[in-house]
Amino acid sequence: MEYMISLSIGILTATGVFLTLRARTFPVVLGLTLLAYAVNLFLFSMGRLTIGLPAIIDKTAKAAQYSDPLPQALVLTAIVIAFGMTAFLIVLALKARGELDSDHVDGLADNQQTPDQRDIGKNIDPDRGTVQ
Amino acid sequence: MSHLTAWPVFLPLITGFLLILLRGKGIYYQRIVSLSAVAGLVALAVALIVVSLPGQYQVYLLGNWTAPFGIVLVADRASALMVSITAVLALAALWYAVASNTDEKGPHFHVLYQLQLFGLNGAFLTGDLFNLFVFFEVLLLASYGLLLHGGGRLRTRAGLHYVVINLIGSTLFLFAVGTLYGLLGTLNIADMAARIATAPGDSLGLIAAAGLLLLVVFGVKAAMFPLYLWMPGAYANTSAPVAALFAIMTKVGIYAIIRVHGTIFGSEAGELAYYYMPWVLGLGLVTLTFAALGVMAARNLREQIAYLVLASVATLLIGVGLNGSSALSATLYYLIHSTLIAGAMFLLADVILKGRGAFEDRFESAPQLPNAVVTGSVFMFGAIAITGMPPLSGFFGKVLILNAALHHEWVAWVFTILLAASLLTIITMARTGSSIFYRTLPPPPSPAAGEPLNRNAFMAVIGLFLVSPVLVICAQPVTAFTASAAEQLLDSTAYIEAVLSAPAVNNPSIEE
Repeated sequence: MEYMISLSIGILTATGVFLTLRARTFPVVLGLTLLAYAVNLFLFSMGRLTIGLPAIIDKTAKAAQYSDPLPQALVLTAIVIAFGMTAFLIVLALKARGELDSDHVDGLADNQQTPDQRDIGKNIDPDRGTVQ
Repeated sequence: MSHLTAWPVFLPLITGFLLILLRGKGIYYQRIVSLSAVAGLVALAVALIVVSLPGQYQVYLLGNWTAPFGIVLVADRASALMVSITAVLALAALWYAVASNTDEKGPHFHVLYQLQLFGLNGAFLTGDLFNLFVFFEVLLLASYGLLLHGGGRLRTRAGLHYVVINLIGSTLFLFAVGTLYGLLGTLNIADMAARIATAPGDSLGLIAAAGLLLLVVFGVKAAMFPLYLWMPGAYANTSAPVAALFAIMTKVGIYAIIRVHGTIFGSEAGELAYYYMPWVLGLGLVTLTFAALGVMAARNLREQIAYLVLASVATLLIGVGLNGSSALSATLYYLIHSTLIAGAMFLLADVILKGRGAFEDRFESAPQLPNAVVTGSVFMFGAIAITGMPPLSGFFGKVLILNAALHHEWVAWVFTILLAASLLTIITMARTGSSIFYRTLPPPPSPAAGEPLNRNAFMAVIGLFLVSPVLVICAQPVTAFTASAAEQLLDSTAYIEAVLSAPAVNNPSIEE
């Protein structure tokens, strides 16, 4: 289970970082969401991984037989905050798309970009066309 | 247990909710409620300073749970000082917003403003690392709304960058907090500091890495090199009162470094004691270099002031990185000065921008401002204060920091960069003043396009600038206070003791 969890966190983080570094707002939003998933899993695993143990200590159980409830509370808080932030970011990205007339993070029009970015833009947005 | 510690946090929250309910009543009632709440906050902050003067820690147990289990609010001299600076700055900026009608451009300006203060005061007073994260999110979410207040192309673009970098910062914060919790088993700052001394040797490397990750997070907030690139754009493109209030936002990062790192990795931390200091000092020096170049390269006044804020942040980082009670005391003195003066400069830039009409605040010749003599004199006063020339408080702050650097091994670097950066900013501010006030075009045939001086709004600028001579005249008591605050900050043993031994209130009605 340790390998599974650490592999998931690693892949989510790597994908998140990669997408966050993209030049369009939509991949950036997706990347930040994936990073938020990764950090939630990470926080959760910081309470040590346990299977089938309750998060409360009852009178019959021994001291070691419970899973730490605090990281679960932290994850809950982190999920709520990340959810709100993502919603806000999506609205802001849409607003930027409308006002800047481009979904580039710097608001560049398609003809202001470097050649590689122009190629990427072509693949994503064939209908908008690019100015050479 | 006095409730005074909790009031600076809850007053803005309650006011914020009240303002939402008052939404339908019109801007007039919102203004009265908002202004009186911030005035009340100033009074609370003064009371907090008076209470913390004798050196007692005011520990407030939220929900009456004792320290390592519940969340605590802790007020000591330094946090009381930060709350006071916030309150004074907030009052002046809010006054300006009301007097210049900036608050009418969106329906929720006052609500967001109060929630911003809620987050700021919470971040200054909390004694719990995860709670600090939550308050950071509160102040950030409010600041996103405030930054975009009024709308506009450039503002949206700067806002997008600001939001994305801060979301990444929040993610890193959670990674760091999670690691520290996994290794130390607690989130209370005082308890962490107590446990780090007895942490097993093989976990020290991970703890150190988590600590540096936290430094990155606070570096994003404080606009430390290389994480400052979001900052000039965001500060230069937002509305003036918001930019003025944001002068305290970078200082939240500085305060968090002093509080969290200074306590957790303080004198109690054994092998890890103050291991982060070379990073803070080195990055502070680099930030200052880039800030000085940015001041010279700025294309308009607001961008230039944003870089001046960056220079002041860098100076504060150097003060923190010098690591000693005299350096920390000088840092706190300079922090009071730089926050309030930077706020005043943003407001003054808005006055100039409005007076120049279509020329805005770009460095090019324009017809003379209305009331150029008054505005120009105030600008010269502000430029002297912010660049750190005698006889105003910036000079004293820098002298105190340089004095504290005398016995540090990096003294040559600190002196060279700090003095060279000061020289560059002085030259640039002289150039700015002459290009705005002296190199004017003949008056246009039609009546000037610029607005006349708004006297009510200008009072806020004057009021903030007056802090500088007051800081000079009262330098002795102020430095005595900052010195005692620095002593208290460095005494992490007393902090741990005070927080962990704070007794719960004995309430007979809930006993069986």
